[in-house]
Amino acid sequence: MEFAFTEEQAMIRESAAGYLQNISTSADVRRVMSTEQGYDPGVWSGLCRDMYWQALHIPEAYGGLGLGYVELAIILEEMGKRLFCSPFLSTVALGVNALLVVASEEQKQRWLPEIAEGRSTVSLGFISSEDTQENRQWGSASVQSHARKEGDGYVLSGSWHYVSDGHTANVLILAAREKGVSIEDGIRLFVIAGDQDCIKRQWTPTMDQTRKLARVDIDGLFVSADCCLGGEESAGWPALEKVLQLSSIASAAEQLGGARQVMDLTIDYTQERVQFNRPIASFQAIKHRAADMMLQVECATSAVYYAACVADEYLSERSNTAGDSSKISDELLQAASLAKAYCSDTFFHCAAESIQLHGGVGFTWEYDPHLYFKRARSSEQFLGAGDLHRERIASQLLDSSAARSDV
Amino acid sequence: MKISFSPEDEVFRREVADWLKENLCGEFEQLRFRGGPGDEHRYPEERKQWEQHMAQAGWLCVGWPQDYGGRGLSINQQVIFNEEYARAGGPGHMGHIGEGLAGPTIIAFGTKEQKQRFLPGIVNGTEYWCQGYSEPSAGSDLANVKTRAVLNTEQGRWEIHGQKVWTSLAHEADWCFVIARTEPGSQGHKGLSFLLVPMDQMGVTVQPIEQLTGTSEFNEVFFDQAVTDAANIIGKPGDGWKIAMALLGFERGVSTLGQQMQFKNELDDIIRIAKTNGAAEDPAIRQRIANAWIGLRIMRYNALRMLSGEQDGALRQEAMIYKLHWATWHAELGKLAMDVLGPEAELLDRGPYELTRLQSLFLFTRSDTIYGGSNEIQKNIIAERALGMPKEPKITR
Ligand SMILES: Cc1cc2nc3c(=O)[nH]c(=O)nc-3n(C[C@H](O)[C@H](O)[C@H](O)COP(=O)(O)OP(=O)(O)OC[C@H]3O[C@@H](n4cnc5c(N)ncnc54)[C@H](O)[C@@H]3O)c2cc1C
Repeated sequence: MEFAFTEEQAMIRESAAGYLQNISTSADVRRVMSTEQGYDPGVWSGLCRDMYWQALHIPEAYGGLGLGYVELAIILEEMGKRLFCSPFLSTVALGVNALLVVASEEQKQRWLPEIAEGRSTVSLGFISSEDTQENRQWGSASVQSHARKEGDGYVLSGSWHYVSDGHTANVLILAAREKGVSIEDGIRLFVIAGDQDCIKRQWTPTMDQTRKLARVDIDGLFVSADCCLGGEESAGWPALEKVLQLSSIASAAEQLGGARQVMDLTIDYTQERVQFNRPIASFQAIKHRAADMMLQVECATSAVYYAACVADEYLSERSNTAGDSSKISDELLQAASLAKAYCSDTFFHCAAESIQLHGGVGFTWEYDPHLYFKRARSSEQFLGAGDLHRERIASQLLDSSAARSDV
Repeated sequence: MKISFSPEDEVFRREVADWLKENLCGEFEQLRFRGGPGDEHRYPEERKQWEQHMAQAGWLCVGWPQDYGGRGLSINQQVIFNEEYARAGGPGHMGHIGEGLAGPTIIAFGTKEQKQRFLPGIVNGTEYWCQGYSEPSAGSDLANVKTRAVLNTEQGRWEIHGQKVWTSLAHEADWCFVIARTEPGSQGHKGLSFLLVPMDQMGVTVQPIEQLTGTSEFNEVFFDQAVTDAANIIGKPGDGWKIAMALLGFERGVSTLGQQMQFKNELDDIIRIAKTNGAAEDPAIRQRIANAWIGLRIMRYNALRMLSGEQDGALRQEAMIYKLHWATWHAELGKLAMDVLGPEAELLDRGPYELTRLQSLFLFTRSDTIYGGSNEIQKNIIAERALGMPKEPKITR
């Protein structure tokens, strides 16, 4: 046990911070967020070429860097600080993880290298119910698109909602189920090229403009059997659930960065702003609120990097295929829900405090707090907000027969 | 960055667990899960005996260097030891002020003679300590200490006059470390010294204070012509403040992990009750239980962070928030316990005022956010030292 960053990890953070500082200023964010595409293709391909972050945790066998989840979390935290607008989260957290966890060896060979080389962005769509109560659970019941077996393939139909970067992704991974099969059974993931005439992809404008969502509609698209990730016998929902847990950890890392940055810029502001002949930072009411923010941000840091370590153990065990799983990788569900719940609340709290402590200027378009506030809100919702993840934990603690708080 | 333990550490884990299983039984069985927060006044004699029993097998002060009688365990092994101790229901240490505060201070700042004189009593579980910091007019404002000490060179001893208050376990202690003003007319941080004073003497009177729990874990301590040998000063006269502050840093060491495991036992109790009495069905309670679990896990991660990396004594961010986090969390847990019990929470174990364990928890956790630097003081420190915000304006007395 050594729960501290290595020197190499500290260097990765430093170089990421330096790089992002140049490509994602407030002006950059504002320019890009007002476009439909939602990112600057030149900046993105430059990043893929110079930094190779898209390939960060893809194993070397598929042309990736073969680094771990802690390194990934570091990059995401730094991106979160800068509200970096890019298809990184959807490509790496959703796309790459889905391929790593669910795809067969041939499918990995087929898809991972082109992602590693920066030629393809990816997204994952699974929420496809028309029932908003089902959708707000981000669970298996929200998968209501259909995949019908036909010949040596499947026919896909459905409407996928809230697909991040779904309108621009070169590759789409879509969850669908056999018609009439209930709850968790019969769910499969299909990987297809995004740019096809019979796929209707529509950008859905959002309150948080730094992250783009789309709706994807398909009405009877035939896909060959090798598009089904992991094949006929794949683990279905339980496998997808693991992907979503890994993604939750990634999202939490990005939230952590947002929270830390919005806290820092707020404290800087309180040091500059003078009222009653003193910087407002000298008022204890403000100092104590700053201290509360710092407590949450530090706790969020611990939660994210612990969860990243768990994700690391989980992914490396999968690739070793040794079979017997350690205690630590069994913690994936809890670690992910813990990190996502805590970071969602922390980011929202800090961003809301930011507006309050800025006073009137905090309520303007010109100042940045609203950008963080809106990102906090959208990322909180993504993959389920605090309440949902706490309920998942509660269910582990309270609904099993043995009371074990260390499960 | 790595969170798993090595196979050798896991072997050590079994060794600890086995020893506890074979020893924490028989006459000591009744002590299991006792003596924790809110229960510190229970079984004092039996717990001292248990500590002496542990000492014989070398299980006290396990993190101290072997030169000072410790076991010299690595940080990872200390983590494991504390986890296993609490998992087995090991009772709260009567000697925790000696082991956690006095001892490390003597190791860090004491002379060779002081180490030889005082460390064995702590390692063997034969000498117990209390902390004489707070006074009626020096609480949060600790530098306002008024207790005086004068060096009587003829007799070769310090003579002490004044009063301490809220002194935990003073009635069980053999020694007290006292912050006293040794420079007449000095004010604030200056002119203070750190003295080691024997409790068993004419000049020391211990008066229990009844707490809101109806029990008396803390006391008033009066020094009236109390004496201690001239050699019983840590550092030089005037170093008192520096040493007093360094000591507070030791509170954030490995022992926090043992404390956490006690918290875990409490949370487990609450979960068990919720599952049997139906509270587990209540969506609001479910959220709060999950939240408590999250807070406790994060406390563990924070502690692992504190214990990893450079141990240079500098307080890093995660160490600065540690006390505020656990104290606030624990007070919320106490309230959660009552809410899970519902109306049952009101009923005493027995009259006239015998509290149940969870009632004690509920009431006692109100002190966690006060002692050892209240929440408000913690927030001042975080804002000023970690975030660089302006200091409180000083008003001259
Ligand atoms: C159970 C228990 C055990 C204890 N054991 C010991 C012991 O063994 N040895 C020992 O020396 N002491 C001990 N103490 C004393 C403890 O350290 C003090 O109670 C504590 O430092 C607070 O001091 P006070 O009680 O004088 O409160 P005060 O300092 O008077 O504080 C009263 C309130 O004012 C707030 N306040 C004070 N200053 C500020 C400020 N600058 N800004 C904002 N708010 C402020 C405080 O947070 C608190 O809410 C113990 C206390 C308790 C409750």
